[in-house]
Amino acid sequence: MEIIREINGELIKNLLKQGKRADGRGKLQYRKIEVEKNVIDNAEGSALCRLGNTQVLAAVKIGLAAPFPDRPDEGVLSTSAEFTPIAASHFEPGPPSIDSIELARVVDRGIRSSEIVDLKKLTTSNPELVKAIYLDLWIIDYDGNLFDASTIAAVVALKNTYLPKLENDKLIYEERVEKLQTKACPISCTFGKIENHIILDPTFDEEISLSPMITITTTSNHVCAVQKSKGGGFSKNELLELVDLAFEKGQEIRQLLDLRELD
Amino acid sequence: MENIPKLLDEQGRRIDGRAVDELRPISIKAGVLNNADGSAFIRWGNNKILVAVYGPRECIPKHESSPYRAQLRCRYNMAPFCSLAEHGKSGPSRRSMELSKIIGETFEKVVITENFPKTAIDIFIDVLQSDGGTRCAAVTATTVALADAGIPLKDMVAAVAVGKIENKVVLDLSKDEDNFGQSDNPIAIGVRDEQIFLYQMDGLLTKEEIKEGLRMAFAAIKKIHSLQLKALEENYTSQEHQKFISLNMPTFKI
Repeated sequence: MEIIREINGELIKNLLKQGKRADGRGKLQYRKIEVEKNVIDNAEGSALCRLGNTQVLAAVKIGLAAPFPDRPDEGVLSTSAEFTPIAASHFEPGPPSIDSIELARVVDRGIRSSEIVDLKKLTTSNPELVKAIYLDLWIIDYDGNLFDASTIAAVVALKNTYLPKLENDKLIYEERVEKLQTKACPISCTFGKIENHIILDPTFDEEISLSPMITITTTSNHVCAVQKSKGGGFSKNELLELVDLAFEKGQEIRQLLDLRELD
Repeated sequence: MENIPKLLDEQGRRIDGRAVDELRPISIKAGVLNNADGSAFIRWGNNKILVAVYGPRECIPKHESSPYRAQLRCRYNMAPFCSLAEHGKSGPSRRSMELSKIIGETFEKVVITENFPKTAIDIFIDVLQSDGGTRCAAVTATTVALADAGIPLKDMVAAVAVGKIENKVVLDLSKDEDNFGQSDNPIAIGVRDEQIFLYQMDGLLTKEEIKEGLRMAFAAIKKIHSLQLKALEENYTSQEHQKFISLNMPTFKI
């Protein structure tokens, strides 16, 4: 890790004592969020989320797969994340890193538990084949808080996914026939603690000084995934407060991006 | 067996309406990433390719470093969602490893590596969407990313593929023309010194057809080079503070 970021850590701590952040934000304020959707025509759904200087592309490909033996009446959802070396100087090519696996699993839990996609509707007339959703999170530019940027990109991509035509147990990718039905709209909020100061949406520099960090994914009325990460702990009251904040901020983001939840 | 589409009509127009010596619409933007030392995004037809350059930086592992020059390393990588067909596999394939090698070699004597002994310069190429001619688009964008990183170059390299469809030599093959055509012949050329830094071909061509392909490629390189310069100029005159990528940026006919 670059030494300059360690030095920045001291600055970040000193600023927080005065209630300030290095980029001038409030402690519980997001950076600018922008989303560009339908950016990869060859994917059945896609979106690019920019959260400050963090840029994440989510792409959805539809395929056919054998159902899981214990869930014969459900489609398959598979999420993976790629920390391509394009995104940061310390991301190295090779097999998925431990962090990219965690990211994919946390985003996967959020969207799976929220039931944004009803997997039961992804069966085909052939009991040995179901539709599979392959969700790829492609990290393009890393400046912290990949969880929230990835969840937003994933949700917008899924909400703009079209299913290809299915004919004789084969997908005709050139013909997209119907929109993938989606309901809930999970949004994740990542908080961190630096010497008893709670901050929202940490940058790369801030993430280095955080201990601990927590990502809470909510729909408008449920918590649907949580991941506490990095060393250190939260008190019970802190945790409950952050759940309230996650609901509030999640709602704000849904409004900002005009993402609606359907019953 | 799939039907082979007719690639040229009676008027000599191609499937996408282009003339035989016409390029697809192209657009290049330099400086799209915040962490990379240099970066470029290129849209070329339906190709969308992102290139990041890091360096000169410490060469790790150390035993790969040279006391005489910077080590130039290149990784060409296709995203699993880049083609319209089913979801692909992540990670290197035999094809992508070959392309990494030849794209790296394209720039080996173009980058003034002897200025930076013991260091490494890394080129990372991500193909986000593929539509035929990705290596040529990647080479074209890599030149811009290297320049954006401030790395000294002896020349600027631009690339384009020529090929043969329906017994005619054509410029800038699309995916279908590559798949169903008779020959694919990607060429990268240094714009100033007119050196050919990358040359590959498959299929069957006569010497006359090779000559015609080279003529078309040299003419097209000049047009592509003007877009490289435009991207770099725009980057240095831009008033935007934040670097960002717009994957749907407009493309231009040239």
